[in-house]
Amino acid sequence: MELRDLMSSQGEWLRGEGPHSGVVISTRIRLARNIAGYPFLRRMNAEQRQEIEGEVRQAVDDLALFKSACYLQLDRASAIDRQFLMERRLISRELAAAEGERAVAFDRDETASVMVNEEDHLRLQTMRSGLGLEEAWRQANEIDDRLESRLSFAFSSRLGYLTACPTNVGTGLRVSVMLHLPALVITRQIEKVFQAIARMRLAVRGLYGEGTQALGDFYQISNQQTLGKSEAEILETVNLTVPRIIEYEEKAREALARESELFLEDRLWRAVGILRHARQMSSEEALSLLSAVRMGVNMGRVRGIDVPTINRLFVCSQPGHLQMRHGEELSAEQRDRARAEYISDALRQANPN
Amino acid sequence: MLCERCKKNVATVHLTEINKGEKTEKHLCEQCSREEGYTIKSHASLQELLSAFISAHTDVAELAGKSCSDCGLTYAEFRNEGRLGCPNDYEVFREALDPLLERVQGSLEHGGKCPSRVEESQRRQRDMMSLRRQLREAVEKEKYEEAARLRDLIKDKEGPDGIA
Repeated sequence: MELRDLMSSQGEWLRGEGPHSGVVISTRIRLARNIAGYPFLRRMNAEQRQEIEGEVRQAVDDLALFKSACYLQLDRASAIDRQFLMERRLISRELAAAEGERAVAFDRDETASVMVNEEDHLRLQTMRSGLGLEEAWRQANEIDDRLESRLSFAFSSRLGYLTACPTNVGTGLRVSVMLHLPALVITRQIEKVFQAIARMRLAVRGLYGEGTQALGDFYQISNQQTLGKSEAEILETVNLTVPRIIEYEEKAREALARESELFLEDRLWRAVGILRHARQMSSEEALSLLSAVRMGVNMGRVRGIDVPTINRLFVCSQPGHLQMRHGEELSAEQRDRARAEYISDALRQANPN
Repeated sequence: MLCERCKKNVATVHLTEINKGEKTEKHLCEQCSREEGYTIKSHASLQELLSAFISAHTDVAELAGKSCSDCGLTYAEFRNEGRLGCPNDYEVFREALDPLLERVQGSLEHGGKCPSRVEESQRRQRDMMSLRRQLREAVEKEKYEEAARLRDLIKDKEGPDGIA
């Protein structure tokens, strides 16, 4: 398979369906695992990294872990390919930027991937469109069980699964829900929500994980604690908190519509206008305008565009996807031009009027 | 990812600067970002908590010289990088790690899934620990029927030798 082929498919988390998909973009479950008998990544030499890579590759193959598996050695992949995979969230930004022997195996339907030689030997993750913690967990747990039938993971009865960073030890589980919260940002209530989230011992991150900015009003909510609680309890904490945030966001949208309708309509249609007619556009600007349009569509105020189209634009207008489409490296200036063209074409196609 | 300025600490601050249409990315640690004059309003991440906590405990003299015989990691290296070198480090640096885990995780005992391939004994040991804890709680809550049931269960599992 060629990575380019993924351009035409929507990918699981871009579907824009699933429970609460007006506010919840996607759900992600991640498990950190290390293979017993090896040091953690930082202390491994090239030979050991290759061994791990080989073992995992063999296991993915023999177990037929995925319905339609793609396996990619990232140290041999181009920078554009790595960026592309990161934008699709099949690999982390750390794995994209790292050096040395490392790989990713993923299912063609993009519901699951296994990163090899990230911060831990294995980082397996599952994705769902909308809010789907149980289903994502079931799949992650099953993949973990199957891998474990072939690989022996570093584990202590006291501390659970042992990981390179003590912040992941125990279950190695990170549950993240990506939320779209434009109305809470506009009405300046987002800080208040962050404080409430922190009280639940949950963390807030930007679009592409730790340390990234909250572009396009997207926020990832995830658990901090990985030790001492069961997986079910961790899922429960997130599952209890997210519906409350959804409710706040929906209330903020209603309040905007009620109290500042002209301001809201102006903001939405301005965004549509710029996206349709601009001739050059940075990815930051695109994310912020698409965010407004997405909210408008979900509020039933912007018609003629559907959420899957907007979700696709979010991802396909990013640098890796643009360059993949053009089949060559583009300078920042060329990308801004290609991005404006791509978005305006897609919007005209979706709604010629 | 290491800080691109000092190349010692983990980069926790990721900046995107746009200057005349040219985009540059910077990946810095907390300290270097402050020294470069970036003020960031952030929500303390676990990683930052971790670094702060490790720094605060560096004066433990006997730890400073300790290193792992398996992977060679020294305590100083862990302090700087915030990452461990091998599974054995959790035991080697236990006296430093336990307070750290207590603080950032709020627990020192795994409460989740166990691999089915962990030796039967380890699994059994955990089961017994859990049963004994339940027994203690039942007694404390004066649920004596439940306590009696648990006591018999533990007796059964321990076998005639009394070895769990």
